[in-house]
Amino acid sequence: MPVVVVDVMPKPEILDPQGKAVQGALPRLGFAGVSDVRQGKRFELTVEEVTDEVLAQVAKMAETLLSNPVIENFTVRVETTSEIVAGANA
Amino acid sequence: MKVGVVTFPGTLDDVDAARAIRIGGHEAVSLWHGDHDLKGVDAVVLPGGFSYGDYLRCGAISRFAPVMTEVVAAANGGLPVLGICNGFQILCESHLLPGALIRNDHMKFVCRDQRLRIENASTPWTSAYSHGAEITIALKNGEGGFVADEATLDMLEAEGRVVARYLDVNPNGSMRDIAGVTNERGNVVGLMPHPEHAVEELTGSGTDGLGFFTSFLEQAASV
Repeated sequence: MPVVVVDVMPKPEILDPQGKAVQGALPRLGFAGVSDVRQGKRFELTVEEVTDEVLAQVAKMAETLLSNPVIENFTVRVETTSEIVAGANA
Repeated sequence: MKVGVVTFPGTLDDVDAARAIRIGGHEAVSLWHGDHDLKGVDAVVLPGGFSYGDYLRCGAISRFAPVMTEVVAAANGGLPVLGICNGFQILCESHLLPGALIRNDHMKFVCRDQRLRIENASTPWTSAYSHGAEITIALKNGEGGFVADEATLDMLEAEGRVVARYLDVNPNGSMRDIAGVTNERGNVVGLMPHPEHAVEELTGSGTDGLGFFTSFLEQAASV
């Protein structure tokens, strides 16, 4: 079944203490060269089928519940099952 | 006056809030998150805690609890509503108050006696204080950083809607040291620190928080 992915990220102008903490931890673990880390959330919504109406509904869900538009931006995209599995195994 | 206290799954401070309301001279009425009516109360307190485990975002799930439909409608009609800590987060998620509360800039949970300045003493919750009064009450939060865009912050300052500001230290990275704000009408107040923990000499930092629970009585008496 198709999966619609909603990515939620803190707005660029909003401080992201969690991302900052991760960024601070990387050099301590010997990972160099990362100048910024932003931490967000990813939602995977399994739907019956992907139609314009479904995508509009998901955008509404993202705006109403999944994100807080005051501090976060979101994107909606369709991902195939094989991509999800590949991502999980990578 | 009858003051409702809403309990959500994960609320911590409902009993302290109810006690503070009684010490303030009012009747505390328990409201359940699943309730569809406000039992005829004259005001509502959304107490602190971790409603719905803070899942998704603090206050994000609570906002859609059945009782909140009633609280939002009543607040828009002028009912005095005070949100403390998690209650403040719920009011922001409900869009009754502007801005949002994010994780403390230093990433740690903070628990301390916090000095504040009351900057708006004309709300139903702060009228017992004088403008500019300095009080010390408990602060305890992990996600208490008040944020809003510059235009919103400027508007809040210009309209006198900053109810309280942190003194001495900014404990959580809140923009412009903001500890509490009110809505345009002035009946809805959100406050990150906990006045309900400062109502008796026996415990806590003193009785500086009591004014939040007696203001209402004074205002009612003066009507």
